[in-house]
Amino acid sequence: MADRPGHFHGGLTLPAHKRQSTGSPLRTAAIPEVLIHPLSQHVGAPAEAIVEPGEKVLRGQPVARATGYVGSPVHAGSSGTVVEIAPRPVPHPSGLSADCVVIRTDGEDRPFEGYDPLTNYRTLNAPALRARVRECGIVGLGGAAFPTSVKLNVGVGLRSLILNAAECEPFISCDDTLLRHRSEEVVLGAQVMLHALEIRHCLIGIEDDKPEAREALTAAVARIGDDRIEVLTVPAHYPSGGERQLIQLLTGHEVPAQGIPADIGYLCHNVGTAAAVARAVLRGEPLISRIVTVTGSGVSSPTNLEVRLGTPMANLIDECGGYTANARYLIMGGAMMGFPLERDDLPVIKATNCLLAASEEDIRPREETLACIRCGDCASVCPANLLPQQLQWYTRANDFEQVEALNLYDCIECGCCDLVCPSHIPLTQYFRYAKTEIWSRKREREQSDHARERFEARKSRLEEQARARQRRLAAKTRALGKAGKDEAARKAMIDEVMQRVRAKKKTDEDQDKGE
Amino acid sequence: MITAIIAVTSLAAVFGLLLGYAAVRFRTEGDPVVEKIDALLPQTQCGQCGFPGCRPYAEAIVAGEADINRCPPGGEATILQLADLLDRDPKPLDPERGVEKPKRVAVIAEDLCIGCTLCIQACPVDAILGASKQMHTVIESECTGCELCIEPCPVDCIDMIEPPPSLATWRWPRPETDSRNGRSLAGTG
Repeated sequence: MADRPGHFHGGLTLPAHKRQSTGSPLRTAAIPEVLIHPLSQHVGAPAEAIVEPGEKVLRGQPVARATGYVGSPVHAGSSGTVVEIAPRPVPHPSGLSADCVVIRTDGEDRPFEGYDPLTNYRTLNAPALRARVRECGIVGLGGAAFPTSVKLNVGVGLRSLILNAAECEPFISCDDTLLRHRSEEVVLGAQVMLHALEIRHCLIGIEDDKPEAREALTAAVARIGDDRIEVLTVPAHYPSGGERQLIQLLTGHEVPAQGIPADIGYLCHNVGTAAAVARAVLRGEPLISRIVTVTGSGVSSPTNLEVRLGTPMANLIDECGGYTANARYLIMGGAMMGFPLERDDLPVIKATNCLLAASEEDIRPREETLACIRCGDCASVCPANLLPQQLQWYTRANDFEQVEALNLYDCIECGCCDLVCPSHIPLTQYFRYAKTEIWSRKREREQSDHARERFEARKSRLEEQARARQRRLAAKTRALGKAGKDEAARKAMIDEVMQRVRAKKKTDEDQDKGE
Repeated sequence: MITAIIAVTSLAAVFGLLLGYAAVRFRTEGDPVVEKIDALLPQTQCGQCGFPGCRPYAEAIVAGEADINRCPPGGEATILQLADLLDRDPKPLDPERGVEKPKRVAVIAEDLCIGCTLCIQACPVDAILGASKQMHTVIESECTGCELCIEPCPVDCIDMIEPPPSLATWRWPRPETDSRNGRSLAGTG
């Protein structure tokens, strides 16, 4: 049976924890003394620093340029002096360090005037708008941080732009807050995106547990008066904010396995990204701040903060009254898809939508993993229609061919299967492991192909050298052999050489005398 | 009778020509199985298998002169892939050939290097840069970790090091080996 519009397979209805952080209004976090800007905070190639230690920078000035098509520049969060460009711990599941531009702020927050507002954007073409989005460092703010300009370059044949305001993660409320306070920016961003995509229809999907945000958004659409933009409500059912799931909810169309939404004529962006695009185009503001939800019962007064990128996370916790006595874990992202951090001096990056200071009660305890009993609950909740149990089976056997054949890449790592597994099997981590392991093997294969090319190039070069040597030798032998046959010619050759030597000796002596 | 003989003869001639043409037109260069095996080998050209390089080892496997478990750099993953390709039973790595190690790269201690060029001549993938009586250095991105440069160095100034993990090469650990709480952390109450 085909799914009716407004439904996706599986998923879970989770208890919401949004009121914790939406109770107080949006605040702006103080600019810290030191800003740390990682060079790799987006999908794709790391950016390359274009400033030197000691250099003065202004707020919004680019400090690193994009390398490669899938890449994004990084901008200074405030004015100050570059202290160093060195590895610093970054928020990443690995807990590793990576190169960062570290800026000591001067408190003046003087702006960089490098980007003119493009209020006349309707007269500009799509490449010009994409270039602006790219130079302003806009990436997907829903958490994946994929460069927005690349996503906007999908070619022709699109039906609708879809803006994602579903925000289904139980603790996160940054998009909710954005819509309550700045829904006009979101609508303006939608208009810019529609123009850049040359299409005439935009759907904004929002979960029904955010009536205030929905009201603000509908009011903004009415005020601006754009009938190309439609606001639709979807049920609060995790993971409705997954790109594919939201498209299915709003349109009834399913994105094919291993495909992208553009294959069926849709393009999905987060509402925060739309607002950032509006700021970049209409006001010439690069991406230097974002709204971060700071929540969980591990923090005294949870709220949403407008934060300069590069601000250490500990500062945000302080802004919210510090940790409570029962704070146990610090998680970046939501409770379902986020990852735990080992320290809190890490900088806020473009992908930081939420900081969850969790108590033992907020999250589930780690329980002993038992054997799979093949109950099939994981498959029935999988919103991507996969077979988590089979995937896990083949992953454990390192049979990655089978894992790929079972559409591992369609797994959105939502964690539903983990949550329902009665044997407490960490399924999602198996899938994350499998993905990175497959990529790593592909990389190794490429490296060995490259090594083979170099080895073969060297071999043929050495062979060519050996042949050339033989040819030279043979030529010499031939020349000598010929001369040997004719006594007179041989004598002539020797005389000639002797004369040359004598002449050289003479000129040398003359020169010596001259000196 | 004559018609039959003519018909059969001409048919034979036509098919003979066709076959002859096909033999020339669709000729395969080399042995495709060797190519396939070579594609699975790690191309370190290290010789730990007892053959002078990956391709000779691939040829030896096809000729039945060598088993599939003689490649330490490829390790278990390569043995499994070879077993799959050749439809044989996988077996553990031959301990006589060495042990599977994480990938390492050669690094030259530059203050010790005397510029003898012996390592440059030993490197199968031209990953060492230098000239006579000039300091040598290893191009890290090209080094396959074959260790062939270690032996010829007269001053023992080459070390194998494990490159530090980076964000680009980091892999999620298997849940069994990970002490962290890898499960989704969702609240239940």
